[in-house]
Amino acid sequence: MKAIKFLSMLAIAALTFNSCSNDDDAPDPVNEEEVITTVIVSLTPQGSGTAVTLTSRDLDGDGPNAPIVTVSGPLSVGTVYNGSIQFLNELENPAEDITEEVAEEDDEHQVFYSVTGGIGSITYTDSDGNGNPLGLAFTLSTSASATTGVMTVILRHEPNKNAAGVSDGDITNAGGETDIEVSFNVAVN
Amino acid sequence: MKYFYWVIAFFIIYYGQAQNCSYIFSGKVLDFHDGKAIEAATVYIKELNRFTVTNRDGDFKIDKLCTGEYTVIFTHIGCEDKEIKINLTSNLTQTVRLEHHIEDLNQISLTGKAPKQTRSGQETRISAETLESYSSLSLGDVLKEVSGVTSLNTGNTIVKPVINGMHSSRIIIMTNGVRLQDQEWGVEHAPNIDINNAGAVSVIKGSAALAFGGDAIGGVVNLKPFQFKKTDSIFGKTILSGQTNGRGGSLHTAITKTYQSGWYASLNGTLKNYGDFEAPDYVLSNTGMRSGALAFQTGYDTFEKGFDLSYNYIHNNIGILRASHIGNINDLVNSINSQQPLVINPFTRDINSPRQDVDHHLVKLSAFKRIKDFGKIMVQYDYQNNRRFEFDVRIGDNRNTPAVDLELKTHSVLAQVRKDINLDRIYTFGIMGRYQNNFANPDTGVRRLIPDYDKYDFGAFFTSEWKITNDFIIDAGLRYDFNRIDAQKFYRISRWNDLGYNEDFPEFVVNDTDFGTQMLTNPVFNYHNISAAIGLTYDLNDEHKLLTNLSMAMRPPNPAELFSEGLHHSAARIEIGDLRNDQETAYRWSGTYNYQNNQTNVVVEAFYNYINNYIVIEPTGTEQTIRGAFPVWQYRQTNAQLFGIDLSVTHEISERFSFSNKSSFIKGYETNNNRPLIDIPAVRTINSIEFNKTEWNNFSTALTSEYVFRQNEFPDNNFEQFIASEDRFVLVDVSTPPAAYHLLNWKASMDFKLSEKSILNVNLSVNNLLNENYRDYLNRLRYFADDLGRNVMLQLKINY
Repeated sequence: MKAIKFLSMLAIAALTFNSCSNDDDAPDPVNEEEVITTVIVSLTPQGSGTAVTLTSRDLDGDGPNAPIVTVSGPLSVGTVYNGSIQFLNELENPAEDITEEVAEEDDEHQVFYSVTGGIGSITYTDSDGNGNPLGLAFTLSTSASATTGVMTVILRHEPNKNAAGVSDGDITNAGGETDIEVSFNVAVN
Repeated sequence: MKYFYWVIAFFIIYYGQAQNCSYIFSGKVLDFHDGKAIEAATVYIKELNRFTVTNRDGDFKIDKLCTGEYTVIFTHIGCEDKEIKINLTSNLTQTVRLEHHIEDLNQISLTGKAPKQTRSGQETRISAETLESYSSLSLGDVLKEVSGVTSLNTGNTIVKPVINGMHSSRIIIMTNGVRLQDQEWGVEHAPNIDINNAGAVSVIKGSAALAFGGDAIGGVVNLKPFQFKKTDSIFGKTILSGQTNGRGGSLHTAITKTYQSGWYASLNGTLKNYGDFEAPDYVLSNTGMRSGALAFQTGYDTFEKGFDLSYNYIHNNIGILRASHIGNINDLVNSINSQQPLVINPFTRDINSPRQDVDHHLVKLSAFKRIKDFGKIMVQYDYQNNRRFEFDVRIGDNRNTPAVDLELKTHSVLAQVRKDINLDRIYTFGIMGRYQNNFANPDTGVRRLIPDYDKYDFGAFFTSEWKITNDFIIDAGLRYDFNRIDAQKFYRISRWNDLGYNEDFPEFVVNDTDFGTQMLTNPVFNYHNISAAIGLTYDLNDEHKLLTNLSMAMRPPNPAELFSEGLHHSAARIEIGDLRNDQETAYRWSGTYNYQNNQTNVVVEAFYNYINNYIVIEPTGTEQTIRGAFPVWQYRQTNAQLFGIDLSVTHEISERFSFSNKSSFIKGYETNNNRPLIDIPAVRTINSIEFNKTEWNNFSTALTSEYVFRQNEFPDNNFEQFIASEDRFVLVDVSTPPAAYHLLNWKASMDFKLSEKSILNVNLSVNNLLNENYRDYLNRLRYFADDLGRNVMLQLKINY
């Protein structure tokens, strides 16, 4: 009998504890932070000409849908473009500009640009507090003759900026972890 | 002075009453279990130094007793002594019941040999002494003492036991009679256990131990509490360890007070502090750990009744190799190709992101009573609170915000009846109820890895043991479990539709309009599980013994297997659960042969495990995200078979030298296409030679060789990845196991008597003596770094 009493006491105790549970209601959704949904590369020709915008947008993040990549038009041969890059979180309204955070922590970030098909060459035009390149601003000098190729943009977090070649934009020895990697098919006419 | 007169007065009254010295104290001594008379039991009156012995019918009689209070002690060979107080004012007749089968029933006798949980299962015990030598390490490390048990590591501080190729949700960990509930589904979630808190550990392979749960397809690890002697005593133990690798150590101290009456109280604590560990050639940056554990236990324990109240707390702050936190598949390729971690910093004690910070609280109250001519009943309540934070490498204001923040609360009640009036026919019946609540904090700013859920479990089991002859025992059991999981999860709408859930589970949708790209769902699943076991034990003679067991077990899918949906950073892969996953059903045969004589002990354990609907995770394709491409790993179900042999030999070559071998061999395949299963431990053999000389302060030294073969059978999950910046495809080799390796370990130990009651034990050991570079197939960080280099450890243990 004692045992039964004891058992029922335990059961009551358990129920009492349970009734204190704090989340019978529906949970709150998680608003993803520091997520980059959108990368916009703006290329403005020095002098006259048409600006070119490269955009990659992936609103479902790690979801199954692939990013939507658009290129506004071809680049012109033998032209120097002033380039800039923007990272946005468009899940927020208005869109959150992550570029600012990257710029604030400039010593921990670097944007790497690489091209195939001889589209042109890229030169950094900005630097972090230590005088190492950051890559939010750059120039692109396109090839003298028409060609097509791929321009890849990689944002690395905590790269080793002092490793060989890194300050020239060579990612090989950079290390760190990739926050963004986007490729654009680009034509030069 | 007044007081003195009172005492005098008391004595006068006392003597006044004590004039009559012709009383008789008589009675019967019976067996507690079956009520049979006990012959030749001694009945001893302490105050008078008089005794008598029971006759054939258990009767006794002591005459010519004066009025007064006496202490009578009943003793009999093989029985627990019983002490009663009597107050004689007239003739007194009393029946006393002694427990006659103390050796059979007591949990642990002083020789350290305890009865097993299962008669015919494959159960191996690790003694307290062995546990102490692992004081500074983890449960997963200790269990490797058992042949057939390996570990799944994330670095060297997150160590999960693997029993015959299975881990995580397929293993039950019992601590002090409580089933550990600590998000054990995660491969990077080590059991929250301080091994210093266990008096003994046993490993039961397979699901034969039905009393603990029906879903232990892999096995059960049972940590038993210390059993205290019923004497008036206070004693303590302190273990201090220091080691070169990690440049840290641990301190454990325990103090216990026991009473002859059966009361006890014990308090113990453990602190660990390590900086970065080191591989032979480099520092493993950000692999330090801090750990603190506290345990308090009190209770009352006699043969007839008792209770136990205990509280355990453990906190772990564990750094995870910095180089293992990677952004995308190209980073993984770079890591694999680089041969050494991409981040190597100078040694530090600091622990930065990525890291885990876990708190686990456990409170238990249990009570038992033995009922004469019947058996024992036991009730128990326990509460566990597990809080897990995982900090990723993040930027900006989120730097110190955890990426994972889970709180798991579990209440369990348990009642058990054991009928052992007849030790040749033992029956146990038990019921269990459990409520669990998981809360995933949305403040992390990272989508939940595991959703909020409520889980309800109910279980009932029946086990029995029949002794047919002294050499032949049959045991059998049956268990039913009901599980209900009621989750509230936000899915990405794109993922929900991509997985076809919009067609299969429209009833789970709660709200798909108000949360942008996400939707709220309420998946509810009920599972009915049946498990059963039957086995027999046959002693051919004193030296040869055979055991065999057949068991069936069902395991419902765990939260990760159902609900996972997201990017796994250290693996650079997207992991996706499946709501369609159903229970696994395992059918396991095991056979054990044991040979034992004065010099040699051989145990050969064989098993075959067929698992229907075995849940595996495997790559199914690649998904493109803005971070780059990721392979997608999805949980799916298949039929699998695992089989193997574990061998354990000890042999005394001479009085001084002994040899031991532990080897295990295991294979695992999917049955329909013979594809090898992933993460099956490679064949290994551990040989040790030991020298003992008791005269030299109990000196012993041992040299151990551990050879682990290369795993040649593995599923090929390699894939080609296009590297756009280099305009070429590269092969991503995530499958190929690392090479075989051979480690040498050496240890020596001596005892020094400090005083009458205190002994100092000094233990010096060197692991990886030759500073070998190696990587283990079952270490999840093997893509990034070598395993530990040489480690010299000094341990001082004082018993007082």
